[in-house]
Amino acid sequence: MDTREKLDAFQKRIDNDEKIEPKDWMPDRYRKQLIRMMSQHAHSEIVGMLPEGNWITRAPSLERKLVLLAKVQDEAGHGLYLYSSTETLGARRQELVEDYIYGTAKYSSIFNYPTLTYADICVIGWLVDGAAIVNQTMLAKSSYGPYARANIRICREESFHKKQGYEMLAKMAAGTPEQRRMAQDAVNRWWWPTLMMFGPPDDESPNSAELIRWKVKTKTNDELRQSYVDQMVMEAEAIGIKLPDPELKYNNNTGHWDFGEIPWDEFWNVIKGNGPMNRERIKARRKAYEEGAWVREAAMEYARKKQLREEKAS
Amino acid sequence: MSTLETIPNSKKEVLVEILLRLADDRLILGHRLSEWAGHAPELEEDLALANIALDMIGHASALYGYAAQLEDKPDEDHYAYFRDDIDFKNIALTELPRGDFAFTTARLFLFSTFSYLLYNNITQVIEEEQFNGIIKKHFNEIKYHLRHSREWVLRLGDGTDLSKLKIQQAIDDLWMYTGEMFETDKTENLAAGYNLFIDVPVLKNEWMKWVTETLEEATLKTPDNNQYMFTGSRQGRHTEHLGRLLAEMQFLRRSYPDADWK
Repeated sequence: MDTREKLDAFQKRIDNDEKIEPKDWMPDRYRKQLIRMMSQHAHSEIVGMLPEGNWITRAPSLERKLVLLAKVQDEAGHGLYLYSSTETLGARRQELVEDYIYGTAKYSSIFNYPTLTYADICVIGWLVDGAAIVNQTMLAKSSYGPYARANIRICREESFHKKQGYEMLAKMAAGTPEQRRMAQDAVNRWWWPTLMMFGPPDDESPNSAELIRWKVKTKTNDELRQSYVDQMVMEAEAIGIKLPDPELKYNNNTGHWDFGEIPWDEFWNVIKGNGPMNRERIKARRKAYEEGAWVREAAMEYARKKQLREEKAS
Repeated sequence: MSTLETIPNSKKEVLVEILLRLADDRLILGHRLSEWAGHAPELEEDLALANIALDMIGHASALYGYAAQLEDKPDEDHYAYFRDDIDFKNIALTELPRGDFAFTTARLFLFSTFSYLLYNNITQVIEEEQFNGIIKKHFNEIKYHLRHSREWVLRLGDGTDLSKLKIQQAIDDLWMYTGEMFETDKTENLAAGYNLFIDVPVLKNEWMKWVTETLEEATLKTPDNNQYMFTGSRQGRHTEHLGRLLAEMQFLRRSYPDADWK
């Protein structure tokens, strides 16, 4: 088969909702796009450990401390799982990691915001994981088998995190005046950045059409964003939290909630590296990577010596 | 019981004191391990250290919960959040700052070896059913902590020249804090009399044997026991590090004690 025929056969498989597996033929561009998306997803899980980790040592009860620690551990697990899935496409974990801590690879901009109070932890669980679930539920149907399966597993755990965050936020929203203040303040700070998690508007999203044609994604950024808003309006109301958008209004014609203009300048700025925590996040990840180098080298050297001894013995 | 208080005078008071000593070691070391989340040398270690921290803080929580039940206190958080450093009973080894990965590994290995031997022995003497049940359950997880930290001592000791230097330094630096593991006092003597604890000094020889064997296999030297040994933490005389750890751990809960945080 020549390339044209291969491409047609590939598209036909996609159109028939078949899953593409690691050893199947795939266009280079499909492979590249997936490596980009999947590793970006993995980096986000890892960088996401930092803002949440910021409150582990200060969590206000042992139970909440355990819940948060387990959540951060889950993020590490997701990262590991996603890096392994990306490796099925021929990428190497170390190169992917170095690509974002020294190079130009991206991670979700949401983690470039600081966690100032404990309510931020609840809001990350509710809004950030809530947004991630909307996105990942779609990705669980992705045409690339390993990525789809990774997302099924991740969604299951994220749903649990979201529930825990939402329940604690509800408790704070119904708690003492100080707790209510922290809860509302956190929502005010995180609401708009979570809307940006779905990426630029459709008319400014360069990769979307291709990803949808290949069924890597099945919905556009704006469609996903709208279903997130519709869901969150209800959930906020149920716990007496106000979403900081005066233009939020139910639209009878569309059956959806209309919302105000997203501050896209901020979005592009944070992507460029100018968010409140961009530099610190990268610095923290670089530090862990560089300070861990001697440990990784020792483990490799030990494994080499051990193998040598075993070979000699046999 | 701080330096100001008297020896417990009932079986219940002795039991509470023992529960707090066990729990404090685990909460404080668990706290130090939890500081690694997101900063470990590799992703697999982020998972493993968080896992061990979860176990330790979980163990502490269960032991505090039992003490709260005995003393009629609201819950486990009473002990973690509303006591001062002079009330805490953990050994100083557990409160020392996080350090690098060699320090973390060495501390976890020295402590887990002790913890393994202690739990293995006390499950055989404790008659109190609830207490014994808790300890037995936790013992299974301690086996993993010991195995994991031992494997890393071997990797670092018999890895590169640099890793060997670092892990040896960590073992040497920590050695003066290992004496407290095997100290005993009137409270523990009473506890042994009630079949709630053992005479911990008897564990020392076996601990030395296990530690020395691993260090030898890792091509490392066992430090000399004839050196200054830190003492006093079980009676509330800590290093300066504990106060700062507690300030961080307790601030939010103490700032708003009337709020519901569970």
